[in-house]
Amino acid sequence: MAAAGSPGVFLLAVNGQIESGQFPGFDDLYCKFCFVYGQDWVPTAGLEEGISQITSKSDVAPTTLVWNFPIDITFKSTNPSGWPQIVVSVYGPDFFGNDVVRGYGAVHVPFTPGRHTRTIAMFVPESTSRLQKFTSWFTGRRPEFTDPKVVAQGEGREVTRVRSQGFVTISFNVVTKDMKKLGYDVSPSDMQNPSLVPVTEGIHKY
Amino acid sequence: MAAGPSDAAPQALRDLPPVPSTSRTGFAEFSVRERMREKLKAARAKAEITLLQEDRSPRPRRLKSIRERKTDFRLDKASDNDKFSEMQEDESHLPSKMKFRDSVKRHKQKSTFQNDFPSAEEAYNFFTFNFDSEPESIKAGARKRNELNEEEEAEEECVETHEDEQEEDETDEDARLVKDDDLFIIGQTAEDFLVMKPADCESYSEQLKKEKEFLFTPSMLAVPPSEKMPGNMQPRYLEDEGLYTGERPFVSQSNQNILENRILRQEQGKEWFGDDGKILALPNPIKQSSTRPPIFSLEEGIAPELETVYRKAIKMTAANQYLVGPGDFQGPFQLDIDISGLIFTHHPCFSREHVLAAKLAQLYDQYLARKQKNLTKLLTDKLHALRNAVECSIDGGDAGVPRPVAQQSIPEYKIEIRQTRRLRDAEQEKDRMLLKTIIKVWKQIKSLRDFQKFTNTPMKLYLRKEEVDQRLDEKAYEAEIQAEINELLEECMEEYEKKMKEYKTELQEWKSWKKTQKSKKKKKKKDIHEEEESVEDCDLGEERVKPIPPKMANSLEIEQQVREKADNCRRKPGEPALIPELVLSGSVTPTELCPRAEVLRREDVKKRSAFIKVLFNAKEVSRTVTRPISSDFRVHFGQIFNLQIFNWPESLKLQIYETMGMSSTTLLAEVFIPVPETTVLTGSAPMEEIEFSSNQRVMLDHEGVGSGVSFSFEADGSNKMTLMTSGKVSNSVSWAVGEKGIPLIPPVSQQNTGIPSALKNIDAIASIGTSGLTDMKKLAKWAVEAKLDPNDPNNAALMQLIMVATSGEARVPDFFRLEQLQQEFNFVSDEEFNRSKRFRLLQLRNGEVAEFRNYKQVPLHEREISEKIFEDYEKRLQERDVIDSKNYLDAHRAVVANYLQKVRESVINRFLIAKHNFLLSDLVNEEEIPSLGILGLSLFKLAEPKRPLKPRRKERKKVTAQNLSDGDIKLLVNIIRAYDIPVRKPVMSKLPQPSKSSRSFNDMFAASPSAQSPMDSPDWALNQVLVRPFVEVSFQRTVCRTTTAEGPNPNWNEELELPFRAPNGDYSTHSLQSVKDEVFINVFDEVLHDAVEDDPERGSGIRTRVERHWLGCVKIPFTTIYFQARVDGTFKVDVPPVLLGYSKEKNLGIERGYDSVQNLSEGSYITLFITIEPQLIPGESVREKMNEMLKKFDTQEEEKLLQAAAKYEAECTSKFPSRKCLTTVIDLNGKTVFITRYIKPLNPPQELLDAIPNSSQTAAELVARYVALIPFLPDSVSFAGICDLWSTSDQFLYLLAGDEEEHAVLLCNYFLGMGKKAWLIIGNAIPEGPTAYVLTLEQSQYVIWNPSTGCFYGQYDTFCPLQNVYCLIGCDNIWFNMQEYDSPIRINFDISKPKLWKSFFSRRLPYPGLRSIQPEELVYQHADKAAAVELQGRIEKILKEKIMEWRPRHLTRWNRYCTSTLRNFLPLLEQNQGKDIEDDHQAELQKQLGDYRVSGFPIHMPFSEVRPLIEAVHSMGVHTIDVSNVEFALAVYIHAYPQNVLSVWIYIASLVRNR
Repeated sequence: MAAAGSPGVFLLAVNGQIESGQFPGFDDLYCKFCFVYGQDWVPTAGLEEGISQITSKSDVAPTTLVWNFPIDITFKSTNPSGWPQIVVSVYGPDFFGNDVVRGYGAVHVPFTPGRHTRTIAMFVPESTSRLQKFTSWFTGRRPEFTDPKVVAQGEGREVTRVRSQGFVTISFNVVTKDMKKLGYDVSPSDMQNPSLVPVTEGIHKY
Repeated sequence: MAAGPSDAAPQALRDLPPVPSTSRTGFAEFSVRERMREKLKAARAKAEITLLQEDRSPRPRRLKSIRERKTDFRLDKASDNDKFSEMQEDESHLPSKMKFRDSVKRHKQKSTFQNDFPSAEEAYNFFTFNFDSEPESIKAGARKRNELNEEEEAEEECVETHEDEQEEDETDEDARLVKDDDLFIIGQTAEDFLVMKPADCESYSEQLKKEKEFLFTPSMLAVPPSEKMPGNMQPRYLEDEGLYTGERPFVSQSNQNILENRILRQEQGKEWFGDDGKILALPNPIKQSSTRPPIFSLEEGIAPELETVYRKAIKMTAANQYLVGPGDFQGPFQLDIDISGLIFTHHPCFSREHVLAAKLAQLYDQYLARKQKNLTKLLTDKLHALRNAVECSIDGGDAGVPRPVAQQSIPEYKIEIRQTRRLRDAEQEKDRMLLKTIIKVWKQIKSLRDFQKFTNTPMKLYLRKEEVDQRLDEKAYEAEIQAEINELLEECMEEYEKKMKEYKTELQEWKSWKKTQKSKKKKKKKDIHEEEESVEDCDLGEERVKPIPPKMANSLEIEQQVREKADNCRRKPGEPALIPELVLSGSVTPTELCPRAEVLRREDVKKRSAFIKVLFNAKEVSRTVTRPISSDFRVHFGQIFNLQIFNWPESLKLQIYETMGMSSTTLLAEVFIPVPETTVLTGSAPMEEIEFSSNQRVMLDHEGVGSGVSFSFEADGSNKMTLMTSGKVSNSVSWAVGEKGIPLIPPVSQQNTGIPSALKNIDAIASIGTSGLTDMKKLAKWAVEAKLDPNDPNNAALMQLIMVATSGEARVPDFFRLEQLQQEFNFVSDEEFNRSKRFRLLQLRNGEVAEFRNYKQVPLHEREISEKIFEDYEKRLQERDVIDSKNYLDAHRAVVANYLQKVRESVINRFLIAKHNFLLSDLVNEEEIPSLGILGLSLFKLAEPKRPLKPRRKERKKVTAQNLSDGDIKLLVNIIRAYDIPVRKPVMSKLPQPSKSSRSFNDMFAASPSAQSPMDSPDWALNQVLVRPFVEVSFQRTVCRTTTAEGPNPNWNEELELPFRAPNGDYSTHSLQSVKDEVFINVFDEVLHDAVEDDPERGSGIRTRVERHWLGCVKIPFTTIYFQARVDGTFKVDVPPVLLGYSKEKNLGIERGYDSVQNLSEGSYITLFITIEPQLIPGESVREKMNEMLKKFDTQEEEKLLQAAAKYEAECTSKFPSRKCLTTVIDLNGKTVFITRYIKPLNPPQELLDAIPNSSQTAAELVARYVALIPFLPDSVSFAGICDLWSTSDQFLYLLAGDEEEHAVLLCNYFLGMGKKAWLIIGNAIPEGPTAYVLTLEQSQYVIWNPSTGCFYGQYDTFCPLQNVYCLIGCDNIWFNMQEYDSPIRINFDISKPKLWKSFFSRRLPYPGLRSIQPEELVYQHADKAAAVELQGRIEKILKEKIMEWRPRHLTRWNRYCTSTLRNFLPLLEQNQGKDIEDDHQAELQKQLGDYRVSGFPIHMPFSEVRPLIEAVHSMGVHTIDVSNVEFALAVYIHAYPQNVLSVWIYIASLVRNR
């Protein structure tokens, strides 16, 4: 924020929504999200975490659970390291009606301005033994991460075993400010109007 | 179809009316004007079209024919006449059209602005046209005969109407007109609708004809290139020009032709063709090989292409650089190894003759080889040529060659001649020698054969004589010698000249030297001082010898030499030239005729046979058949082995075996065969002979000479020789050629194998060999020679490599770079990186350096980072090695602090590493499998009463310290009640001096005469309350207080809430564990004073001043609360030994008869409950893990002992999970040590024992006090709760800091040293938590000692802070508490009962006699009194400064008199350990400071640092008094004990002068 015209921070505004999830065999799910970011990042506006409504499957699209849960947050930062990640965790009732976790997933907020859609593959930690698996199924207390933010970091993951569990689709609209001024050129050189770029990123084939 | 619009328009005009007609119903909608405009538009469109028709006058006919297809086929019978008349009609209409044109012109002038609009109208017409075909046909029906004219007529009509319109006013008249039009149409249609017509039918030919108009069928014939190429261009073939053109995707030729034809029909169709006349196409994108692995299905009945195919197992031999992986497997590669035979050049069974024969054969071979080369001849010729050249250049110099060149070359020639001559002579000599040897050996054989009377070898040597012409020969010989002599002479002359020159220069030098010598000698006579120098000179001079002139060479001598040499090495003139010839035509004597020894030998040979094993990559792959060794010691195999290989051959080896008879097989030798170059293919490979030899020693008892055995040919046994078994294997190794002529050579890469013809060019390995691949130079050279297409993407990688290689002269760096791409990824240079503050900051933060660990938002710009950020860090780095005595006041302590800091750092570094190792439980919350007990318990819970009479505290949910921030954590302090608070002394004017007779009564603390005036005393006595205590809790400089209660046993039951701030806002477990802050719980007495005692208006109002007097304090470190989650219990209030104006109330009501030792620890108590909200999970897991980690460090304990310890611990904890069992601990070096090694009798300082020689009780107290004086430094603070390191007692005494364990160990050792029975108690106490105490057995009762305070308690003392006893540790055993209860009151300490105490060493595992790690004896430094005095002064100064600092708004006066009084008291206090002196003291004080009201107290602390002293003084709050005329007194006394243990007394008092 120097007077000389070169700013001291750059801004990243993200809005979008957690659109839908695909969790075959599960119903009545809700999701939580939170952002994980590095030490040089500060959220300046918006919500860092949220919890959505419970959504049920419809007859029209029996595999898709639609949340359309809005995300809106603005960060400021001095360093692209620790770029924000959104961590999504999905919960829902199990056979006995206990609220259990149905999936964790994380993805980096896209860094090119424009509209992006990301499909996150979701997973849950596995029980350590078959007996544990049974009892956890029976008691409705399945293994969970101590902190959902674990899935946004690599450290310590080697001790866990997970099972994949479905997909969550998130759309982002990303606006950045002063990135280029600070020397972080993230948009492809041939892209003149980034918003017109087709939104075909993310994991669509599975 | 350009005609489309033109013929649509006329029809549209006819159809136009329906538009207005529809709108007629809503007449008001359309204004007249609008409709008028529409009409105008239509009219203008029509006009334009007509114009168009007229402009293109030749076209209408054709247009019409196209347009009227329909009518055409309907009127198929229409004659030509019709058409003719039609033409006429057309012409007849011309005038009217002309007329219309005029009108259009007019119209256009009128409305030029409308020019753009008709398109819309046209579009409308166009679209409606198709649907309204009916009216047209109706009309057609109505006017059958001149149907062809209908449109013209219609046009005319319309034109007429338009003309009308234009002529008329643009008013309402128009509406009527339109109506008329409509009516007209309706009128017409009314009858025409009903006309019937036959169904349409098209004849096939007609249809075809029509289709032909429409459709285009592209021809399948090839298009001539000229049509595809623009103009007069020749097709250009890029491929022929050497440019890379990729492979085009395959399209069948016919399709291609069709496409070309189709494209050509289009406009600018030629753009689609490239220069070569082919359609432009990208290279075929399809990969030739599939990138996905094929999927094999095991199921039956699947498609044949999906069926599994049996493949031979492919051997995966790892660790081979050139492994041909299964992925790019190209088929088998084959090496053909042809082993044709074996020839022994020596064999044990050789007879002497054989030896000679072998030698002869060898020599003959040599001869043949030399002959073939014929070096002698060659060199002789060269010599002649050179001589000629020299002659020529000397003689005919002026003729041909320019003079200087010739001159220059002559010496060169001469040198050449000399060399050549020398070489020739050597060769000649060799030739001659060889010939001589051959003849000699042959003579030996002959003599041998004669001698032994039989022949073994068929060898015969013939010497052929070649007669020469004597005269010629002689002449040549002589000429040769002459030439040589001449040359030599010349050479000698040259040499002579050279030497002469040298001689002259030397002579010159010598002469000059001589001269100087002489002059010096003269000098010497003059000057004696320079004697030495000149002597030296003389010495030098004497060494010089006069040079000897060289000798001139003698020509005669030379001639003699030359002739001698020629005699030796050259054939004499006229002597015939001998040519040896070896033949094998001789006959071998048959066995019957041989002597016995020879027969034996021959039989032995017959028994022997040989075979060869082939080893590929050190593995036997095949072997030859066993063949007998023939009598001439040759073995013929003639076998070819085809090796199919998968690995790149590393070694190829032949092993030659010899078998003797039926049984023994011996390995004779191993021969390594070079792996053939890839160019060596079967068929072209030459046979090679590889020699081998064996160092076997064989001795035979027959004629055979054996191997490695010396033998002689001479009869006398002289001239012995020893031969080793040796021979030659003739073999050839080559790469096989496959069926299609493809060499079966492992390829360098997949792509290059497809082109066998050009293999040598493309396959780098094939042309330069594998070794070349690593040699960049060779590779580059090959690439240049092979002329690779640089445009071919297949070669891209190679080309780049080569470009790099060739650009720098194919220089290969002589170093190896591990991360060769690193350079590319360095975004700034290293210097810049190091200079940048930002990068430094980021690096430090990443390295988790304490100062920067939680630094948020590192600024983006360098300029925004201030230098100050690093200051602290740099200072710390610098101070690491600099001992700062200012902070610590004592050099020794500074050293210790430094040492501790280093230990701390190393431990923290280890911890940081451990922190990044995660356990599953750190990441995943998983429910424990509930055991039956828990299930039962939960069932039981259901039956629990909803509101129990005695409710229990519920466990709160624990919070991980991850997502916390400032203000989230609160410290809850629940002050419940207190007992035995000191009470104010009853104020009496005069009191007798108290007697010191009994110390068991507290009432002896009679108050000294009060300074208060007698006037006040009755008043005071009336209002007297014993005490009005309140509690103030201060934590992190936040202060909270309770309300004031009354009496010595107050009951507050209040909850205080204090916020907690973690250092640096870091709420990680690690950070929380290292919080050093303490919670101070201070008990004060609130004293009300009348503010204005002498106020005349006293009666009207009372102004009181509130004073508070400190009574005592309890300190609880935060870490204790953090680790224990809650601190609950009754604590002893640390009441100063002297409390001016207060006394302890006599506890008459409480009878503790069983408590015989209790009297010492009598004091005030406070009941507290402290916890943190929300409950934090202490980092136990990390701690345990660290312990685990540390345990992995080396240990000196036996494995067996450790296993036993682990087992013991497991057994104990399984029974009592809450009781901690300690068997091994970690010492300061991080080694695991068995705990009993710490316990050993040690000598306490003699000084202490000497103090009170007779009383063992007091001595014990004194020792305990000494131990307690060693500063307390919890490991959890120093090592951030990571691990418990136990130092030995000497280390402890050196460091002068340690936690409970060290204190306890030392105390226990002292007690043992004093002859007591003592044990270490591992247990749980408040407020410390898990701790170590000491248990002694004194006169049949157990006493528990708190080592960190020096207090002791009886076993049945209810106020004993020790709550649970887990195990006892003696010097030779560990006892685990197996009793139901673990409270000291309820347990039996008799360790001899195995039911109550489970011992580690028992009969099963006897005590192995572990050597203690403690020193034999402790050596104590004597107390340094002088240093103590100095320190005392410094501390006093610092504290005074601090107090003044804390009172920034007030004047702080120091009462010197009082200070000196206090100073005198302090040593007394130390002497009596703070007991029994209050009365004296009080009296003394009062006497001296009669007119002051003094409130103050001494604080006693062990000394470690200044900071805790300051903290303590601050927490007393003496400085808070804000009476205007207050004065202060502060005295410090330090008593030094041995080994620098310092006891600090601080006496601080405030004085208010009484009026």
